[in-house]
Amino acid sequence: MRSPASRVPRPASAIRSGGLRVWGVLCLLAAAVALAGAAAPAPQAPQDLEEQVREIAAQLRCPVCQNLSVGDSPSGLANEMRGVIREKLKAGESRQQIEAYFTSKYGEWILLAPMKKGFNLLAWGLPFVGIVAGAFAVVFLTRRWAGREGATDGGGGEGVPPANPEDAAYRERLRRELDEFAR
Amino acid sequence: MSWKKALIPLAALPLIGLLAYGFTTDPRAIPSPLIKKPAPPFTMTVYDGGPLDLEGLRGKVVLLNFWASWCFPACYEEAPELERAWRAYRDRGLVVVGVDIQDTEAAGRQFIDQFKLTFANGPDPGGKIAIDYGVYGVPETFVIDRQGVIAHKQVGGVTDQMVAEQVEPLLKP
Repeated sequence: MRSPASRVPRPASAIRSGGLRVWGVLCLLAAAVALAGAAAPAPQAPQDLEEQVREIAAQLRCPVCQNLSVGDSPSGLANEMRGVIREKLKAGESRQQIEAYFTSKYGEWILLAPMKKGFNLLAWGLPFVGIVAGAFAVVFLTRRWAGREGATDGGGGEGVPPANPEDAAYRERLRRELDEFAR
Repeated sequence: MSWKKALIPLAALPLIGLLAYGFTTDPRAIPSPLIKKPAPPFTMTVYDGGPLDLEGLRGKVVLLNFWASWCFPACYEEAPELERAWRAYRDRGLVVVGVDIQDTEAAGRQFIDQFKLTFANGPDPGGKIAIDYGVYGVPETFVIDRQGVIAHKQVGGVTDQMVAEQVEPLLKP
C-alpha cells in the first residue's frame, strides 16, 4: 500500500517543472546527437589502397542489384567497378574525382547518399525539422492536456490542485478516511 | 476550432504531394547523363584480331551494342536484328560495334558463330568500356551520330522499330 502522503496534491509549479523536465530531456537528447556526430571517425591520412577502394565502393550504388553498394555486391559489374576505382586511385585520383567520374557516367543515381544541394537538401533537413517539430508538439500538447484535466474534473487528477472548495472538502474527507484505514 | 483541426490534414499535404511525385518515378529506370554528350573514346581488340578505335569511325553513325553470351533471352533476340540493321544500312554509313562484357572469350565466340554475326565484336576486359558508358545491364545500345555525339540510349533489346526511329534519321546525308 502506498503511503497517503503521495496522494497529497502537488502545487501548481509541478506542472511547470514537468515542462522543464521535458525540455531537459530534449536538451540531453540534442547533446547526445551532437556528441555522436563529433565521435564519428575522422579521416586518417595514411590508408592502404584496398581500404580506400572499400570506402569509395561503399558509397556507390551497385547498378545491377540496386539495393547493395558496389562494395557489398558480389556481382561481376561491381567487381569491375572496384577494379576501376583501384586503378584510378593508383593513378593518383582523389575520392572526389572518382565519385565525380561515376556520377558523370551513371548520374547522381549511383551515389547512395544524395548530394547536399538543391532539392536533395529536403532529404537531409526534413528529419531534423521533424524531430524539432515533434518535440514542440509533445511539450505543447502535454501542457495543454495537463491544463485541461485540471479545468474539467475539478482537480480530480493527481498533482492537480482542487478547483473549488467543495472538491477540497471531499478530498480532505477521503484522505482522512484513508488515513484511518491505514492505521 | 474546426479550422484548426483542418490544419492537421493540410500539414500532411506537402508530404502526400512528395509521395505522389515519388510514385510516378520508376526507381529502376536510370536516366543516362551521357545523352547529347560526346561518346567516350575507346579502343578494343576485335575477336578476329584487329584493333578498333571509336575515333576512327567519326563521320559514320555507330550502333554501339553491349551484350553478353549469358544474357538470355534479350541478347539472343536482338542479335539477328543487329545483324539485319548492319546489312541493311552499312552502305549508308552505319557501323555496328558489339562489346561483349563480363564474358569468356570461348562463350563470346560461340555466340558470334551461332548468329553468324559479321559486324565487329570484341571483349571488354575489366569492364572499362562498359563502365565508361554507364552500362548497368545487357543489352544496352548507344546510337552515336556522325559527329561522335550520343543521340540515344536503348535499354533492352534493339528492334527493327527502334532502328527505324532512332538510327535511320541520322543516316540522311
